[in-house]
Amino acid sequence: MDDLRELYQEVILDHGKHPRNKRHPEHVTHAAHGNNPLCGDKVTIYLVIGERDRIEDVAFEGRGCAISTASASLMTEIVKGKTEAEARALFERFHAMCTDDSYVSAGDDEIDPESMDRLQVMAGIRQFPMRVKCATLPWHTLTAAMAGKEKASTE
Amino acid sequence: MTLSQPLAAARTDARPNFDVERVREDFPILARPVHGKRLAFLDSGASAQKPRQVIESMRAAYEETYANVHRGVYFLSQRSTDLFEGAREKVGRFLNAPSHENIVFTRNTTEAINLVAASWGRTFLREGDEVIISALEHHANIVPWHLLKREKGIVLKIAPIDDDGNFLLDAFADLLTDRTRLVSITHISNAIGTIVPVAEVIRLAHARGVPVLVDGSQAAPHIKVDVQALDADFYAFTGHKVYGPTGIGVLYGKSDLLASMPPYQGGGDMIETVTEQESTFKDPPFRFEAGTPAIVEAIGLGAAIDYVEALGWDNLHAHERDLSAYMAQRLGTVEGLTVVGNAREKAGITSFVMECAHPHDMGTILDRAGVAVRAGHHCAQPLMERYDVAATVRASLGLYNNRADVDQLVEGLQQVREIFG
Repeated sequence: MDDLRELYQEVILDHGKHPRNKRHPEHVTHAAHGNNPLCGDKVTIYLVIGERDRIEDVAFEGRGCAISTASASLMTEIVKGKTEAEARALFERFHAMCTDDSYVSAGDDEIDPESMDRLQVMAGIRQFPMRVKCATLPWHTLTAAMAGKEKASTE
Repeated sequence: MTLSQPLAAARTDARPNFDVERVREDFPILARPVHGKRLAFLDSGASAQKPRQVIESMRAAYEETYANVHRGVYFLSQRSTDLFEGAREKVGRFLNAPSHENIVFTRNTTEAINLVAASWGRTFLREGDEVIISALEHHANIVPWHLLKREKGIVLKIAPIDDDGNFLLDAFADLLTDRTRLVSITHISNAIGTIVPVAEVIRLAHARGVPVLVDGSQAAPHIKVDVQALDADFYAFTGHKVYGPTGIGVLYGKSDLLASMPPYQGGGDMIETVTEQESTFKDPPFRFEAGTPAIVEAIGLGAAIDYVEALGWDNLHAHERDLSAYMAQRLGTVEGLTVVGNAREKAGITSFVMECAHPHDMGTILDRAGVAVRAGHHCAQPLMERYDVAATVRASLGLYNNRADVDQLVEGLQQVREIFG
């Protein structure tokens, strides 16, 4: 039960139940559909990217489990206002956090320590390898949208 | 006698001729704990566990009789061939086929259906010809027809179900037209357990001269199949769901249909003669079995059939009926749980969702409680769309399941409610 509590922390349950930025913005510059063929979960990421590659708005729609919904919700809060490069760098560290057993937070030396600190609530996923793709699907879809691709898949 | 004795007796699974606790001892894997918990394996619909008798038959085949089949004149090759062809005869009897020559070995049900689509379908279907499937199909009985649709321009029609998951026989009959060339239909829904009245489907189709392929993947482990009583034209099932090994499946076909079909794949073992420019082919079933077959897997499937038949279909049906009723009753006590699919005729396959949690989150929590269930779309995405869900949790029964497994599932679901409720 302990690793379950670690996975389903209050923050995740809250974002899962009351996702932030779950909407379809009126004017969108980039969008991509993400699909996890394993479970049929779907997410669409909408972006408004302004000058100097800055993410001015980000939102999502879709259906998924608590983990993927919470991950998408947290992600939108975190990457809003960041540049594309910053968002990509965050995903790289987040991916390591979710999958790499040797991952340790670099603390204050971490890129964007504040954001990484907030993402730390997802770290429990590492004990559940079958669920990592739930957590990373929104981020894969975000990167696809930024790269101008229409589709992202976890497979 | 104290009062508690009859109550205690009522709670066991013991039947006069079937002792599930003894049966469980045949399945070594059931003794292993998972996450420190007793294993409650409720995913036999995806793949069933194997009894010692099957594992032992395969060990013996490798250690004592192994050689390639249909080739050498030496002792081991003869012995191996006898066992392999003996397995074909067992499968023939298992389905009550007229002859073992009606039995084609494939890799699994999927390959069996693809064989019909590729060989029979490519030969006999033209643009505008209609194939009827149902709303209950597994992707294995959808995608091969999509491929033919792209290649040949066939028209795919979908026989509907009602909200409870009952197959609608009248609506099906209305889909039959002068252009209908094939009905390809599941016997039991893998996702929601509906038993399709295939005998009636076949009667209606035959009245219009239309052959019927039955996907028996989920039926073969749950009910006694009689292809002659059904009058099925093709019947497909897979070994690993009937307590046999992976990598071996079966296509039953009527003799005249099989004889009318060109080879599915070319290679060794399926030919009569080969010259530089031409080949001639063996008769069915060998025409459809190119290359070295899954020899030991076929032998293992034969052992699985022996095992199931020795337990007795009446016993298995009674046990499954009891346990399904118990499961329905216990699931009914879980607040916020909705069963998806309440067909009048149902096998021991139960799909459900919960208000508070997504099936994947339920699956993870159940896993930590030692309960193995399938959480997902069950390779039946059109059916999931029909019910407007992305996924469900599916608990599917095998002959080794007992009430403790169901109790453990329900306890796990209470934990889901604790975390998400």
